[in-house]
Amino acid sequence: MKISGAEILLESLKREGVDTIFGIPGGVVLQIFDALYNFKDIRFILTRHEQGATHAADGYSRAKGKPGVALVTSGPGATNTVTGIANAHMDSIPLIVITGQVVTRMIGNDAFQEADIVGITRPCTKYNFLVKNVDELGQTIKEAFYIAKTGRPGPVLIDLPKDVSGARTEFVYPEKISMRSYNPTYFGNKWQIKQAAQAIARANRPVIYAGGGVVLSEASGELKIFSEFNRIPVALTLMGLGGFPGTHPLFLGMLGMHGTYAANMSVHDSDLVIAIGARFDDRVTGRVSEFAPKAKFIHIDIDPTNIRKNIHVDIPIVGDVRNVLIELNKELKGMEEDRGKWLKEREPWYKQIKAWEDEHPLSYKKSNKVIKPQYVIEKIYELTGGDAIVASDVGQHQMWVAQYFKFNCPRTSITSGGLGTMGFGLPAAIGAQAACPDKLVFNVAGDGSFQMNSQEMATAVTNNLPVKIAVINNGYLGMVRQWQELFFNRHYSGVNLGVSPDYVKLAEAYGATGLRAKSPSEVEGVIKEAIRIKGPVLMDFVVDPEENVFPMVPAGGANAEMIFSEPSKSEKARPTGKKEKKNSILLA
Amino acid sequence: MEHIISVHVENKFGVLSRVSGLFSGRGFNIESISVGTTLDPSTSQITIVTKGEDRIIEQIIKQLNKLIDVIKVVDLTEKDYIVRETALIKIHTSRSEDRGEALRITEIFRAKVIDTTPTTYTIEITGDENKINAIINLLRPLGIKEIVRTGKIAIAREEMKAPVIQEARRVKA
Repeated sequence: MKISGAEILLESLKREGVDTIFGIPGGVVLQIFDALYNFKDIRFILTRHEQGATHAADGYSRAKGKPGVALVTSGPGATNTVTGIANAHMDSIPLIVITGQVVTRMIGNDAFQEADIVGITRPCTKYNFLVKNVDELGQTIKEAFYIAKTGRPGPVLIDLPKDVSGARTEFVYPEKISMRSYNPTYFGNKWQIKQAAQAIARANRPVIYAGGGVVLSEASGELKIFSEFNRIPVALTLMGLGGFPGTHPLFLGMLGMHGTYAANMSVHDSDLVIAIGARFDDRVTGRVSEFAPKAKFIHIDIDPTNIRKNIHVDIPIVGDVRNVLIELNKELKGMEEDRGKWLKEREPWYKQIKAWEDEHPLSYKKSNKVIKPQYVIEKIYELTGGDAIVASDVGQHQMWVAQYFKFNCPRTSITSGGLGTMGFGLPAAIGAQAACPDKLVFNVAGDGSFQMNSQEMATAVTNNLPVKIAVINNGYLGMVRQWQELFFNRHYSGVNLGVSPDYVKLAEAYGATGLRAKSPSEVEGVIKEAIRIKGPVLMDFVVDPEENVFPMVPAGGANAEMIFSEPSKSEKARPTGKKEKKNSILLA
Repeated sequence: MEHIISVHVENKFGVLSRVSGLFSGRGFNIESISVGTTLDPSTSQITIVTKGEDRIIEQIIKQLNKLIDVIKVVDLTEKDYIVRETALIKIHTSRSEDRGEALRITEIFRAKVIDTTPTTYTIEITGDENKINAIINLLRPLGIKEIVRTGKIAIAREEMKAPVIQEARRVKA
């Protein structure tokens, strides 16, 4: 029996296990929406902007571990997805974005709502397709999912002209797939793994630096075994959070620009850095020439281009992080008889790390008059028992979430790492809630970030997705303001948000619940109430407007040169390394 | 250092733009690029001439390999290879002595005159970069009207196996 391209699309999505699509209809996808009307196996969630649809699909994917799907129309519908696609691309999130396209004979004619979306998204997708013939459609969808999910995952776009979704053909969905030009390496080279094991055994000051690859390859169990067996402390990147338990005694915290002192110093003084599923991003390394200057590097990554891109690597292992860690753990297990000896030799290292942790733990000036944003995050952590998915936006609040919310499970931290997309949090939280209906999902947002996609409140309310939005309201684009305060003589240029909506009324206008806390004593009550209420809730936390994120490595600085607070006029003292000298710039 | 990279790709629309977009997007240089189908019409061979430090070349090769449509990448510079380029050169030959001189130069270089008008010759020459530059330098005093060059194409030299053939190669060299 012949069926239409639109029906083939939906049947194929169903076979790939898709249960939810986010998107917005339009002229050239009418046939697809018509097919969707009677299609019971897929839920369609109408967002209020195509950027929201791609972020929601992204959040869905991060929470669930399978590709998220967005469906939009041609032209502006398609171009609106670009930020969401680029965001997923930077963080290696598998996404299938289906864009409508004008009829094939009109392509290139500047037709109404035409955009060369395949050309536009070529550099920010893992791959993209323009389907010119309905007979290719099934195969194309199969390939799209295969490419998105395998190797280093990423977004794949399928551009579907109107006449192709309308044309009819026999539907045969390919069972198997093989592409001669695409064969990711899944298993690490055995000899290299042996070399790595020996280097680990010899190291006196080893440290693990793990990233999003651990989460993506579902390797957190193996990472825990690896860290515990060899007793090697773990520093995580922003993308890695949740990949290793945040409350584990071997956890050093996040590293990099707003990482902990212990994490940055451990990497800096290490003699062996074991990088796992991480890509030596500039926010992690600081000044590259001074990143772990005494260390040898082992680098495990599925993407060969990540290896030696930014930093020299002594032992590269290309492969799936999970597979490589399984082999590496076996290899090290085989060397168990010497284990006591290595661990003994590392005693001074453990002591040193403990000293760093004690010297500068994460801290902020507590207040009982004004709400400190860090306090809000601590309370959310405490009151949820850490058992929540937290989608953050981008800026100061994002760093406070990374610092103060102890993520113990993978796929609970959802954040825009590589691209740093403000406005990501709310739609991503909506996507995560759609993926995990039984989970408590928080969106911690800045007031700047929230306003970039606040229209998605309507999506949350309409679809009864009970996300809890915590707006850390400081009236500023806070991270930019912080940089202006510290490095641009307090020239607060273009960062004052001026008139903002009354967030409680805004929530109510959308049919959600709005709550507000203006003093520290109200914070706990507001969070408890938000958790108690069944539907979507917006919490407006009016916080200290000029609170800064510390510690901090200034851009281009070395990670060992962290700032712990604003340099006040009276205290320009050089560091002494003593605890009471917290208000100084530490130049270790 | 100059590298000649041979890239075997799927012969689909958009592939060349993926390859060239990779270079522009990451700030790599392309000195020349040429494309043509192979024996198998479903694939094409792209020859790219690029310059960069070893670290950059390593990245270029890895990034090319990462492209979904790329089947194989070979850095020919690491091997024994043959490189050729073709140029079409149009020169002014209004004076008869110029026509004579142009023909003599063409002869010396084993090039060919492929088109002629009362006032111009169009010369076709194939060779390595030095040979083409040399003929251009000799023709320049006559007045070059236009030059079109293909960019380099290159192929790995087949390894010699039988001793007899090795002998022959030595003689040729």
